[in-house]
Amino acid sequence: MKIRVHVTLKPGVLDPQGRATHHTLENMGFDGIEDVRCGRMIDLEVAPTVTDEQICDMCRKLLANTVIENFEIVRLDAETEAA
Amino acid sequence: MKTAVIRFPGSNCDRDIQVALRQLTGHEPTIIWHSETTISDDIDFIAIPGGFSYGDYLRSGALAGRSAIMKDIVRAAERGVPIIGICNGFQILTETRLLPGALIRNSGLDFVCRNVLLTANPSASPMLAALSAQTSYSIPVAHHDGNYFADDETLDMLEGEGKIAFRYQDNPNGSMRNIAGVVNARGNVLGMMPHPERAVDPACGGTHGATLLNSMLNAVMATA
Repeated sequence: MKIRVHVTLKPGVLDPQGRATHHTLENMGFDGIEDVRCGRMIDLEVAPTVTDEQICDMCRKLLANTVIENFEIVRLDAETEAA
Repeated sequence: MKTAVIRFPGSNCDRDIQVALRQLTGHEPTIIWHSETTISDDIDFIAIPGGFSYGDYLRSGALAGRSAIMKDIVRAAERGVPIIGICNGFQILTETRLLPGALIRNSGLDFVCRNVLLTANPSASPMLAALSAQTSYSIPVAHHDGNYFADDETLDMLEGEGKIAFRYQDNPNGSMRNIAGVVNARGNVLGMMPHPERAVDPACGGTHGATLLNSMLNAVMATA
């Protein structure tokens, strides 16, 4: 079972990487960009017995720092089957 | 006076704090490897040094914060053992939630490496009691992720309870409310981004770091 975790900085937390990327895109001539936020993607390959609750626990305890970051869990296999 | 220095894969200020503690206490610190599981009960002072533990993968200090030795460090903190985390050590202490907040990328994106002037809050902890609020302490910083972040409620709590240990006079990294170091509610766990261990010898960078460390060590000796 493939699990994808998206970790993003919470709104309001300074994202210098996003800001620098935004600035560079504008310098390259791309107009109309309102904001850029950079995050992190973590893929896990887990046994089917691993529950969403356990993955949430992994996120809260290690993969994301909930002081500054939000996380979102996507089950990739289900997505692929649906496609 | 028995001190210990915790060493992680990627620690690089472990030897600096080891030399500083040896010089200031007259005793050789115990070096503890991160995969050990216990810290001896007779250790009076624990230092978590700077560096790039686990290559700063995931987040600075995140993986080190879950290493085997940290469980016993949390127990030591609960027993009231004085613990100082410097730079990456500060990041590790916030990742374990022994200290509030988090350290994020410097606002200017640059790695900053220079001496900064700090203002101390001597009432934040008995460990800082020998410092003066009127003195400027010149201490080196060297970090890429030293921008202290916490929500407003936490910042107000830290200010209200007087737990902001050090502030920058000229903020080098965008830290909220110029925070350079904080202590926990009990006052025995201190985290700071600047490196006092790099300023204990007049031949390299002045001796204000020795003043800071002596304040901490003397407070420990007074109660040991």
